[in-house]
Amino acid sequence: MSKKIKLSELGSLFNGMDVEALEGVTIEGDIELEMDASGGLNPQLAYMLGHETAQIAQHLINISRLMGYPVDQLFGSMARAAVPGVARPQELLRSKFEVARMDEWKNPIQEVTLGATSADGGSRGRTITLGGENALPYYFDSPMPHRNYVTMDVFDMPIGMAKAVKVNYEDVIESPAEWAKKVVKDFNADMVTIHLISTDPNIRDTSAKEAAETVADVLQAVDVPIVIGGSGNPDKDPEVLEKAAEVAEGERVLLASASLNLDYERIAKAANQYGHVVLSWTQLEINAQKELNRKLMKQCSVKREDIIMDPTTAALGYGLDYAYTNMERIRLAGLNGDDELSFPMSSGTTNAWGARESWMVKSPLKEDSDWGAREYRGPIWEIVTGLALALAGNDLFMMMHPGSVAVLKEITQSLHGSLERDTVDISNWVTAEV
Amino acid sequence: MKINSPLEVYKYLPQTNCGECGEATCMAFGSHVIDRSLKLEDCTPLLEDKYKKKYLELGELMAPEIREVIIGVGEHAVTVGGDDVLYRHQLTFFDQPAFAIDVWDTMPESELVERVTFIRDFKKFYVGRFLRMDMIAVRSTSGDPGKFRDVVSKVMENTELPLILCSLDPEVLKAGLEVSAERRPLLYAATKDNWQAVADLVLEYDVPTVLFAPDDLDTLKSLASTFMEMGRYDLILDPGTNPQGNMLRESFENFLKLRRAGIKEGQREVAFPLMSVPLTAYLTGGDAVSSSYWETVLATVFTVRYGDIMILHSIEPFALLPEMHIRDTIYTDPRTPVKVEPKVYEVGSPGKDSPVIVTTNFALTYYTVESDLASNGIDCYLLAADTDGLGVEAAVAGGQLTGQNISDEFKKVDFDFNEKTGHNTIILPGLGARLQGDLEDATGMNVLVGPQDSGQIPPWMDKNWPPKPK
Repeated sequence: MSKKIKLSELGSLFNGMDVEALEGVTIEGDIELEMDASGGLNPQLAYMLGHETAQIAQHLINISRLMGYPVDQLFGSMARAAVPGVARPQELLRSKFEVARMDEWKNPIQEVTLGATSADGGSRGRTITLGGENALPYYFDSPMPHRNYVTMDVFDMPIGMAKAVKVNYEDVIESPAEWAKKVVKDFNADMVTIHLISTDPNIRDTSAKEAAETVADVLQAVDVPIVIGGSGNPDKDPEVLEKAAEVAEGERVLLASASLNLDYERIAKAANQYGHVVLSWTQLEINAQKELNRKLMKQCSVKREDIIMDPTTAALGYGLDYAYTNMERIRLAGLNGDDELSFPMSSGTTNAWGARESWMVKSPLKEDSDWGAREYRGPIWEIVTGLALALAGNDLFMMMHPGSVAVLKEITQSLHGSLERDTVDISNWVTAEV
Repeated sequence: MKINSPLEVYKYLPQTNCGECGEATCMAFGSHVIDRSLKLEDCTPLLEDKYKKKYLELGELMAPEIREVIIGVGEHAVTVGGDDVLYRHQLTFFDQPAFAIDVWDTMPESELVERVTFIRDFKKFYVGRFLRMDMIAVRSTSGDPGKFRDVVSKVMENTELPLILCSLDPEVLKAGLEVSAERRPLLYAATKDNWQAVADLVLEYDVPTVLFAPDDLDTLKSLASTFMEMGRYDLILDPGTNPQGNMLRESFENFLKLRRAGIKEGQREVAFPLMSVPLTAYLTGGDAVSSSYWETVLATVFTVRYGDIMILHSIEPFALLPEMHIRDTIYTDPRTPVKVEPKVYEVGSPGKDSPVIVTTNFALTYYTVESDLASNGIDCYLLAADTDGLGVEAAVAGGQLTGQNISDEFKKVDFDFNEKTGHNTIILPGLGARLQGDLEDATGMNVLVGPQDSGQIPPWMDKNWPPKPK
C-alpha cells in the first residue's frame, strides 16, 4: 500500500509529538515526500521549505530513537552535515529534573558510643557516637546522624616523625600526658589515641603494668574519650591491652586492636570485662573482616554496639585504591543487609606519612618535575588520604598533623551539613581575579 | 550499556570463530566486549558491509551510559565521560577526569608563557608512566574579544594541549573560536541567559560545549534537552561547584543526583560528563596556601564522586601531585592486579660485579625500586619475586615472601649465580631483614640486608658494595 501525503500534512502530523502520543500510532505503507520544484522556487520559499524538512528530519530522528533504533550511530555527524541549518529552538525546552532515592539501603549501620561520663560510670567530659548511617556518607537519601571524628596520635616514647609533624610536638614528646593535653587544647582533637609502642620487646619492652600507668596518666590529663593502641607485636599486645583495659575500667575506650594474627579472644574478653569497645582490624580483605567480626560476636560474645572496624588504610599513591574500594564495598554491603559488616569504621590516616611524597625533600627521580616544598606536601597527603576514605564510609580518623586535622574536619563537616559558611556567588567565576 | 551478557553480544557477531580479534571464539570476544577490554572494532569482519546493520545496532546497545565527549585533536585530545557504573568495584571507571589549569587574558605575556609551559611540562613518574595535566582553560577576565583572541593564539603557540574557552559572553567566545576552532576546543559556557548565541557558535563551529546552570538542575536539564533537540550531543554539564558550607553540600548532592539519574535511571538528558570547578576555592578570600589546599580538597571530593573534567588554578606541586594521584587511585582498573611479571630484570647493563637485589612483583614496589636504581645509574639484577602483587612488608608478614620461595624464584627463571656473578651475594630489602638467615640456608649464598627505602640504595651501596670477602 502506498500513500502520498503533503509536506504540510506530515509536518502537522509530527508536530508536538512525544512519547505518549506514540502509543497506538501505526505507520502503514511507505511514506513518500513529493515536492514539485520544477517550476523553480523563489529563494525565500526554498529556505522555508528547507527549514521545514530539516525539522521533519529531526522529528523523524527523534522518533526512531524513541523506538530504540540506533539512529545516532547511523547518522552521527552525517545528520549534522546533511542538515546544516538545524533549527535552533527559539525557547528553552523546559523540563524538570527528578531522581529517586535509593531503596536498596535498608540496613542501618550500628551505632557505637565511645567514652563514658560520670553518669555511666566513667570520667569523660563527653561521649562520641559513631555510625547509625542509612546511606553512603553525605548522600541525600538519608541524613547522616553523626559527623566524622578525629582522634590524634600520642606515643609513649619519642618516635621518628616527618619534620612537618615533629615541629608541633617537640615540647611534649617526652610526656604522653602533656602531648595528649596539647592535641585536645591546641589542635581541637575530638579524641586521643595513646600508642603503647615502647612495649614491643624489640623496642623497649616496657612492661604491661608500666604501660597501664601511662594510660592512667592520659586519662587523668584529658577528659575526651580515648583509644588505646598496642605496639603491634602480636605476642605482647594481648597482655598490654588487658592491663590497659583494666586500668581504664568503665571509660569505654577503644581497644586497638583485635586481629586474626593474635589472640583476639583475650582482647575481646578484656573489653567485655571492663566495659570497652573492640577495634576489629584486618588487612584490606573484606572476607577476613567478616570472619573476624563474626568470631568476635559468636565466639567471644562481643556485643554489636562494642565493635568498630579498621579495614586498613594505605596511603595515597601506595594502595589507597585498595583501601578505598575495600571500605566502600564494606559500607555498601552493610547498608544492603550484611550484618557482619554493618559497623562504623576507623582509619589509620597517619599512614599517609609513609608516602615518600609526604616527607622526602625532593623527588629521587631526575625525570620528575620539582616536587616543591615538603612542609606543604605532607599535610595535604594526609588530608586527601583521609578524605577519600571519608567518602567511602569511614567514620573515625586517627591523624597526626594539626593542619590536616583542621582541614579534614572542615570538609567532612561541610559535606555533613554541620558547618555554616557564607554563600559565595559562583555564577560569574570566569571573570574572577584570583 | 544496555546489555550485559556475552550471549547477547554473540547474537550480533559473525559467529564464525575466525580468530581475527585474537580470541579463539566469538563468545570469548563477546565477554571481552562486555568487560570493555576489547572494542567492537577489534572484530574486523563485523566492520564489513554485510554486518553493518548489526554493528551499528550493537554499537548503540554497547554505548556507555554516560556519553563520551572528545575535546581537542590528535594525540593530545582528551576523552571524558564513558562511565557505566556508580562504584569502581562494579567494573571500573573509564576516561579519567581531565584536569585543566587556568590562564587569563589580563596576564602579562611573559607570565602567560611561563605558566603555560609549566603546565605543559609538569610530570611525575608513577608505576611505569608519567602523570600529567591535560588541558588549558583560557578565561576572559577583560571581557575584550580582541584580547581574548590574542591570548588564545599565544597559548596555542606554546602548547598543543586542548583548550577550554571560558567566557559567558558569546562575542568573546567567537573571537576565541576564530583562531582555535580547528583544535576543537570546549566552550564554557552556555547558560540560561546566553544559550541561543552559544548554540549558534556550537552549530557554526561544530565544537563541544559546557552547559552551566549553577544550583539549578531543572535549568541544566532544560539546556541539555534544548541542545539535544538541535542534534548536539557533545555536551558537558556544570551544576556549579560552591566552595564552602551548606552550598558545597548542595553541589555535592547535585553531582550525586545527576550521575545516579544518568547511570541508574538511564535519563539521557543528563547522561553527560560532569564538570567541576574547584577553582571556586579562590573565591572564598583565603590566603594562597589555604586556597590551594581547599582547591585540592574540592578536586578530591569531585574526583571521587563523579566529576569528569575540572578547572583548577593552583600550579603548586603540593596541589598537583595529590590531585593527579587521587585521580589515578579512583580510575585505576580494579580488575587488573597491579603486578609485573615475576622474573629477574636487568637494570642498566649488569656484569659480574653487579649486585643482585630482591624485591616483589607488586607494580608500585617494583617500579619504585627499578626507577631508583636506574636513575642513579646502578647496574644490577633485580628479582621481582612472585608475591601475587603484595609489597615487601605485607608479603613478609603474610608468608608470600620467604627464604625458600626467593630461592625457588631464582631457580624457576634459571638464574645461574656462578655464570652471572662473581660474588655469590643477594641483597634483601630492609623490610625483609628477618628472612636473612632463611635465605642463606636455602641458597647457601651470602645475604646482605639493604635499606628499608630503595631511595637509600645509593648511599647504602657506597658503604656496602662490593661486599667484603668473608
